[in-house]
Amino acid sequence: MFTQPDLLKLVFGRLTLESLPYHEPILVVTFIAVALGGLAVLGAITYFRLWGPLWRDWVTSIDHKKIGVMYVVLGLVMLLRGFGDAVMMRIQQAISFGDAAGFLPPHHYDQLFSVHGVIMIFFVAMPFVTGLMNFVVPLQIGARDVAFPFLNNFSFWMTAGGAGLIMVSLFVGEFARTGWLAYPPLSGLAASPDVGVDYYIWALQVAGVGTMLSGVNLIATIVKMRAPGMTMMKMPIFTWTALCTNALIVVAFPVLTAVLAMLSLDRYVGTHFFTNDLGGNAMMYINLIWIWGHPEVYILVLPVFGVFSEVVSTFCGKRLFGYASMVYATVVITILSYLVWLHHFFTMGSGASVNSFFGITTMIISIPTGAKIFNWLFTMYRGRIRFELPMLWTLGFMVTFVIGGMTGVLLAVPPADFVLHNSLFLIAHFHNVIIGGVVFGVMAGITYWFPKAFGFRLDPFWGRCSFWFWLVGFYFAFMPLYVLGLMGVTRRLSHFDDPSLQVWFQIAAFGAALIALGIGSMVIQFVVSFLRRDALRDATGDPWNARTLEWSTSSPPPAYNFAFTPIVHDNDAWHDMKRRGYVRPVDGFIPIHMPKNTAAGFVLAMLSTACGFALVWHMWPLAALSFAALLAGTIFHTFNYARDFHVPADEVSRTEQARTLLLARHA
Amino acid sequence: MRSARIMACLRTERSKPARSPGAARSLGRLGVPAAAALLSGCNTVLLNPSGDVAAQQGHLIVVSTLLMLLIIVPVIILTFVFAWRYRQSNTEAPYQPDWDHSIQLELVIWAAPLLIIIALGALTWISTHTLDPYRPIQRLDPDRPFTANVKPLTIDVVALDWKWLFIYPEQDIATVNELAAPVDMPIEFRITAETVMNSFFIPALAGQIYAMPGMETQLHAVINHAGDYQGFSANYSGAGFSGMHFRFRGMSGADFDRWVQAARTGGGSLDRAAYLELEKPSVREPVHTYATVAPGIYDAIVNRCLALDHACLRDMMSMDGGSGHGAAAGPVALAGAPRSAHD
Repeated sequence: MFTQPDLLKLVFGRLTLESLPYHEPILVVTFIAVALGGLAVLGAITYFRLWGPLWRDWVTSIDHKKIGVMYVVLGLVMLLRGFGDAVMMRIQQAISFGDAAGFLPPHHYDQLFSVHGVIMIFFVAMPFVTGLMNFVVPLQIGARDVAFPFLNNFSFWMTAGGAGLIMVSLFVGEFARTGWLAYPPLSGLAASPDVGVDYYIWALQVAGVGTMLSGVNLIATIVKMRAPGMTMMKMPIFTWTALCTNALIVVAFPVLTAVLAMLSLDRYVGTHFFTNDLGGNAMMYINLIWIWGHPEVYILVLPVFGVFSEVVSTFCGKRLFGYASMVYATVVITILSYLVWLHHFFTMGSGASVNSFFGITTMIISIPTGAKIFNWLFTMYRGRIRFELPMLWTLGFMVTFVIGGMTGVLLAVPPADFVLHNSLFLIAHFHNVIIGGVVFGVMAGITYWFPKAFGFRLDPFWGRCSFWFWLVGFYFAFMPLYVLGLMGVTRRLSHFDDPSLQVWFQIAAFGAALIALGIGSMVIQFVVSFLRRDALRDATGDPWNARTLEWSTSSPPPAYNFAFTPIVHDNDAWHDMKRRGYVRPVDGFIPIHMPKNTAAGFVLAMLSTACGFALVWHMWPLAALSFAALLAGTIFHTFNYARDFHVPADEVSRTEQARTLLLARHA
Repeated sequence: MRSARIMACLRTERSKPARSPGAARSLGRLGVPAAAALLSGCNTVLLNPSGDVAAQQGHLIVVSTLLMLLIIVPVIILTFVFAWRYRQSNTEAPYQPDWDHSIQLELVIWAAPLLIIIALGALTWISTHTLDPYRPIQRLDPDRPFTANVKPLTIDVVALDWKWLFIYPEQDIATVNELAAPVDMPIEFRITAETVMNSFFIPALAGQIYAMPGMETQLHAVINHAGDYQGFSANYSGAGFSGMHFRFRGMSGADFDRWVQAARTGGGSLDRAAYLELEKPSVREPVHTYATVAPGIYDAIVNRCLALDHACLRDMMSMDGGSGHGAAAGPVALAGAPRSAHD
């Protein structure tokens, strides 16, 4: 019936041996390194017989704490990849002048800046903040898990599946050469006929489902599962920012899904939403993607504002200054973030009144943001500041972020944006707020909550090394880009003619090297802390003398978080309990109702990923098969009624007894 | 001062257009801090341009930054001061662990940024309207208003893969990757693109605006000093993007006339066939000129009925508009547009 080539084409679609980049030495070497590293990890797991525990305790776990940790680990792994791409770009721009073409042809370089942006936003920053929210929010509101524990596991694996598709694009085929937002017509079929944009679309679609569902989940958790007494205005600030962030996610991500769906219809079935012909218009895509894209900025930054609020209050030993105005500022930012998207394309030719409207709404956001900065500042005022790692990151943030905020407001002035748009000044600005804000905040969060998650603190020496390398490296890497922007240098160039620019790019490359040392120190910090874990042990559950509920339970917390649901009287609930001489209950335990682990989330997410891969390569039978299996699996899972169990009272009693002994030993 | 600037820039001297006296004077009036002065000594073309529009935009960057520094600098200083003064080991400093609220202070911390933003917002509203790229040029520089009885120079700009085509409809010439204009003559650019989106940007002259296929954007500008300036695409457009720059030459009226004459004597005619040849993707296309231009060619490019063999967008839209739901126009448009043309 079929000749052999026909059959191959039916099964493998566009995928042929030629799709593998074996003729690109950089990729071959990378592949060998990744393969050897991967084999070593798999070998180690097998040797130490960890497959069982890995599957039972992590992959199928619906415990919000473990899922939170997995999100952060995913973010760390992807950070290494995204940073590797950044280093290659920095080297290329530092050497590619005049007759020297550098080591990356445009075909490779253009994939690099696209994949760097996609990875850093979707698969580094997003998993980091989602991971922190997942881990912290239920503990902070005195809950035992999130509202929909299975959904949480599924969300994580969808995000991981999307990340997997991006990683596969490195060695099978190629990634988009369109920039991280894939503007048509460049991302349309005429200009980008190959698989790169399809990888982009399906990676984001798969991961987007996960993000969206995790948003729903955390909103339900925060609204419905707070401990008795915790009214909205007694919620910790981090929980408030998590609530606003997830509200943003739920409203913004469907727009991303829709706009990518329209782009895929243009590419797969020949519709003309965004083409140049038959009535299509790319301006619609640009509007829609930024209607998602601008709230996305606040999705990343609001949770870290929450982290800084917790850290400042804890390490200044003081109540947070201006709690109510902090809450209002967060809510105002949430609402305003929907009214500013056009500032990303003032240069598209809207009228002066439209441009000034969006410019001024953008500036207005700086008012609540400024109020937040002042609130942190006045929390420090008349405090007793301990310069532990989280506080160092917070101070680094406060100084660095205001500079990024200032250049951001400058870019919101439309006539100024006409000369600064798409320049390296813009690149410097958003790295200034994303590194100085989101990355520093995530680092503060990781160092702050690490003892809660693992029961021991992170090594402070290597942590301080990491902090200073990151901070100084950031200034070296991005201040030159501000200058280059003012010199009229635009972004995404892989070659320059003007030799006078080179020194600035060399300084920036030096900065990237310092940041590499910062990341290296962080990795060493994890290893050293693990080796020295007995010396760094936190027996009390409250290593920082902190103020919110997560510190009232043990480190790491038991699976059920709290043996008895705490009762809240104050917004610094744990600080209030300590002050009033709270006595930990040691008997009278009752069975605790908990959700049961399930493999369904992992299986469904892997089927979705397979379906995405098949669609990228036009493997229609595999696509149909995996989609059918996905539907069947979902329906099958709805008949799984064995979703919960009770932790018996004597098991709770044993766990709590162990903690009583531990506390007594360290009293 | 000069040597200090050169050191600050870590660069060697190279040919560079004369500084705009207008911009320099206005910077001087403001008493710009040392950092900005050092920067202006570098080839920071944005702060130191040669066209009046760009000069006003550069000026706006400086003014807005100074306005915001009014609040940014105190915040940074206070961060260091508080961090040092209230460090744990300083037991001399007052400690008020429960002090978390002060109406007066909160009024100040909301009002201070608000005042700055009110000032900046007013500046934004006014400057966005006066510097609207669609607004015809009103002045040649701060001291010379533009008299409306002189007709501006019209130039049609087409972004191609990966080069720039400039059509001078009044002079009936066209050039590739080279643009010239007389000093102190307002220019009216009409801008479009053939395949993907680009951004038309000459930093020394004026801010950028997108070049989009099937659409026309506009830019009004004036160059005040003779010289050679960089122009380029400021929006990534594919593999040849890094080489997609052109020379913009500001010249005296007499030099411009000679330049136009030179273009008229060399090169062929920019007609449909020549355009379709030019439109094929190429990288770092050398400068060349067309002695004549077929009438209506720019209009046909904007309406996308030159490269693809189908009805013009303008006609499709009027047909769609006439039939209410486009039912009548649909088959016409579809019949004229074979999918193979863009598959």
